[in-house]
Amino acid sequence: MDLSLIDWSRAQFALTAMFHWIFVPLTLGLGVIMCIYETIYYRTGDEKWKRLAKFWIKLFGINFAIGVATGIILEFEFGTNWSNYSYFVGDIFGAPLAIEGIVAFFLEATFIGVLFFGWDKVSKGFHLASTWLTVGGATISAWWILVANAWMQFPAGMDFNPDTARNELTDFWAVALSPVAVNKFFHTVLSAWMLGAAFVIGISSWFLLKKRNEEFAKNSIKVATLVGIAGIVLTFWTGHGSAQKVAKYQPMKLAAMEGLYEGQAGNELIGFGIVNPAKTLDNDKDAILLKIAFPKMLSWLATNDVNAFVPGIKDLVYGNEEHNIVSVEQKMEYGKVAQEALRTYREAKKTDNSEQAAIAQATLNENMQSFGYGFFHDAKEAIPPVGLTFYAFHIMVILGGYFLLFFIAYWWLNKKGILAKNKLLQLLGLLSIPLAYICSQAGWIVAEVGRQPWAIQNILPVSASVSKIPTTSVQITFFVFLAVFSILLIAELGIMLKAIKKGPEE
Amino acid sequence: MENIIFYQHYWWFLVSLLAALLVFLFFVQGGQSLVYQIGKTDSEFQLLLDSLGKKWELTFTTLVTFGGAFFASFPLFYSTSFGGAYWVWMLILFSFVIQAVSFEYIHKQGNLLGKSTYKAFLFTNGLLAPILVGAAVSTLFFGGEFIINRGNIVDAANPTISAWTTNWHGLEAVWGGTTHFHLWNVVLGLAVFFLARSLGCLYFINNIDNNEIRSRSRKQLLINAIAFLVCFLPYLINLLFKDGLTEQANGVLVVENYKYFHNLLANPWLIALLLVGVVGVLYGFIIGSFCKKSTKGIWFSGIGVVLVVLTVLLLAGFNSTAYYPSNTDIQSSLTVSNSSSSLFTLRTMSVVSLFIPFVIAYIWYVWRKLDKK
Repeated sequence: MDLSLIDWSRAQFALTAMFHWIFVPLTLGLGVIMCIYETIYYRTGDEKWKRLAKFWIKLFGINFAIGVATGIILEFEFGTNWSNYSYFVGDIFGAPLAIEGIVAFFLEATFIGVLFFGWDKVSKGFHLASTWLTVGGATISAWWILVANAWMQFPAGMDFNPDTARNELTDFWAVALSPVAVNKFFHTVLSAWMLGAAFVIGISSWFLLKKRNEEFAKNSIKVATLVGIAGIVLTFWTGHGSAQKVAKYQPMKLAAMEGLYEGQAGNELIGFGIVNPAKTLDNDKDAILLKIAFPKMLSWLATNDVNAFVPGIKDLVYGNEEHNIVSVEQKMEYGKVAQEALRTYREAKKTDNSEQAAIAQATLNENMQSFGYGFFHDAKEAIPPVGLTFYAFHIMVILGGYFLLFFIAYWWLNKKGILAKNKLLQLLGLLSIPLAYICSQAGWIVAEVGRQPWAIQNILPVSASVSKIPTTSVQITFFVFLAVFSILLIAELGIMLKAIKKGPEE
Repeated sequence: MENIIFYQHYWWFLVSLLAALLVFLFFVQGGQSLVYQIGKTDSEFQLLLDSLGKKWELTFTTLVTFGGAFFASFPLFYSTSFGGAYWVWMLILFSFVIQAVSFEYIHKQGNLLGKSTYKAFLFTNGLLAPILVGAAVSTLFFGGEFIINRGNIVDAANPTISAWTTNWHGLEAVWGGTTHFHLWNVVLGLAVFFLARSLGCLYFINNIDNNEIRSRSRKQLLINAIAFLVCFLPYLINLLFKDGLTEQANGVLVVENYKYFHNLLANPWLIALLLVGVVGVLYGFIIGSFCKKSTKGIWFSGIGVVLVVLTVLLLAGFNSTAYYPSNTDIQSSLTVSNSSSSLFTLRTMSVVSLFIPFVIAYIWYVWRKLDKK
C-alpha cells in the first residue's frame, strides 16, 4: 500500500475533523448556556433575559451553519477515503451513524427553524422547548458519533465472520453503552460546556472592556461561569476515567501521552516537559528533558493505585514477562497465523472441505484478537507519534487546570463587581477564548494521534483501511477542503465579529 | 435464512424510500437553481430565500440519513461506491458544503464573499446536486467499474476489498471520452435536475403569496416539466427494455433480458404504485401550470415523485436483481443479499426505524406552525 496515500488520507481526515471540531463544541456548550438564559426568561418573564437569549442564539446560528457544512464530509469520508474500513466493520459502525441521522439530526434540523423564525409564531413555552430540543438533538448526535469513535478505540460486541470476511455486530448494547463510549461522551460534551462558557465570558468581557451593555455582560457571565465550573470539574473527573480506560485498553497511547519508554511501579506523572527528539526505542537517552513531575501520580491516574505498574513503550513493544505483556513481534506472529487461517478457511470453503474449514476457523478464532498486527512489517509500527501525543496531552491538562481556576475566579470577580472595573481581567477573559479552542483540539489530538497506527484497535491498522484511489485525488480534495473551509471560517469570523460589535438588540 | 431475506428487503425498501423523499425534497435545490429567473428583484429574491431557508435543512438531513442508513444496511455498497466513484460523491458533498452556509450567511454583514457569491453557491448546489445524484442513481442500473474480492483483506500488499478499475473514479459515468461512458446516466441526471426545478416552482407557488413569483413559477414549471418528461420517459422505457443481472440461488449472477420489466411483472403492486405516481406527478404539473388559482400542485407531484422514485429503486433491488452491477466483473455485482449487513444488525436497525413515523410527525407539526401566516 502506498504510504503517501495513507498519509494524505489521514491528513484529509484530520483536517476536516479538526475544522468540524472548531464549531461543534461551541454548538454544544453555547447551546446549553443559551437554553438556560431562555429558561430564565420563560420563568421570570423579564425581557432582559429574552434579549440576552436572542443575542446568544444569533451567534449560535452563525456557528451552527458552518458546523453543519463541515460535518457532512466526515460521515461520507468513511466511505470515500476509508472504504476498506467501511466494509470490514460497517456491520457495526454504520448503525450509530444511521441512528444519529434518524434520532438526532432531524430533531436539530426541525427545531432550529423554530429558534430563528418562531419568536412571533409560537408560544413562549414551545419556543423554549424547541431551543432545548435543538441542543438536545446536537447532544444526542454527539452521543452516537462518540459511540462510533469509542468503538474504534475499544471494539466490543462483535464477532468476526470468515464467510463475509468482516466483523459483525452481536451485542448492540455492548457497543452503545460501552464504558469507553459513556466516558468519552461525558468527557467530550462537558468539555464543550467549558468551551461555550469561555466563549460567553470572553465576548462579555469585550463588552465590559468597551463599556457597552454592561448589565447584559454581567448577567451573561453569571450563568456562563457556573456552567463553566460544572463543565470543567466534570471534565476533569471524566478525564480521570478516560485515562483509566486508555490504560486498560490502549496502553501504548498512555505511554505516548507521557513519553514513557520504560514502565515501572509507582510511576511519576509529568506536569510538563520537553520531549527529547534524539530519543528512540533502542537508545538509552532520556525521553523527557527538563520535566516537572509528580511522583507516583501516573500510576494513580491510570489505576487508582499509587504503586501500580504502568508499562512503557519498550515493555509494550518488546514484551514484559513479569507483567504478562506480550511483545508486538509475538502479536505479529499471531496476527499472521490468523490471516493465514482466514485464507485457508476461504480456500477450504471453496472446495467444500468442511473439516479443514473447521480447523482453520478454530485457529482464526484463537488468534483473531491480534489480527491487525498481521499487517505490520516491523514491531515499531505499533508506536504512535510520541512528541505530538505528549504535547497535546499536556497542553490539554494544563489549560484544563487554567480554566478550572479561571471559571471560579471569574464567577467570584463578577459577583463582587471587580471584573466590571478591571480592564486587565476583561482582556484576559477575552484572550481566554482561543485557549479554550486549543485545549479542546488538543484533546482530540491525544485521542486520535495517540491511537495510531490503528483505525480499529488491534484489529485493523490505517494502512489496511484506506480506499484505493490515486494519491493525487486525495491531495486535490485535501487542498480544496483546506481552501474552502478556511474561506468559510474567515467568513464566519467576520460575520460573528460584526454581530458581536452590533451587540444585543435594544 | 428466510428471516434475513425479509430484513434485507425491508431495508432496501427503507433506503429507497429515503432516496425517494430526498428526490422530492430536491425542490429546495430546484428552487435554488431558479433564483436568477424567478427572483428578479431584491425583494423577490428575499422571498425565495426566506421560503427555501426554512426547508433546506430537511433535504440536507435526509441526505445525511440516507448515507448513514445505506452504510448501516448495505456496507459493501457504501464502501464500493463511495470509495470508488470518489469524484462524483466529493462533488456532491462539496456542493452541499457551500449550500449549508449560504442561507445563513448571505445577508449577514461581514460575510467576506458578498451576497452574489452566496447566491452563486446556492445556484451551484441547485445545479450540481440533482444532476450528480441523478447520475449516481442511474449507475444502479448501468453499473460501475469495480471489482470486489473479500479475500484481499489478508493480502498485506493489497488489502483492498473493493477497487475501482478506472482512474476517472466515478466521472466516467457522466463524462465522455472513455469506454465506460453511459449517456443514460447523464439523461437521468438531467431528468432529476428538471424535476427538482419543476418541484421548486410548485413549492414557490404553494409557499409564497406573491403574484409575480407565482406567475413566473407557473411559466418555468411548464418548461421544466416538459424537459423532465423528455428526459425521464425515454429513460423509463429504456429501463424496462434493458438487460439486468439476476442472482441465482447459488449466488452466481447471470444476465437476464428485460430484467426490470420482468421485475415489474413479478410485482404487480409496483405497476400500481408507478401508475399512481405518474398520474400524481402529471396532475400536479398540470394544475400548477394551468390552474391559476391552484397552489396544491406540490402535494400531488410531490407524492407522485416519491411513489415513482420508490418504484424505480425497488425495481433495482427486488426480485434477486443486482442493484449495483459491476461492468468490470459481473460476479462482483451487488445484490441486497450479498451486500447487506448481518441479520442481527438489520434487525436492530429495524427497531430504530420505528422512530421514523414519529420523526415525520414532528417535522409536519413544526412546518405547519412555522408556515402559519
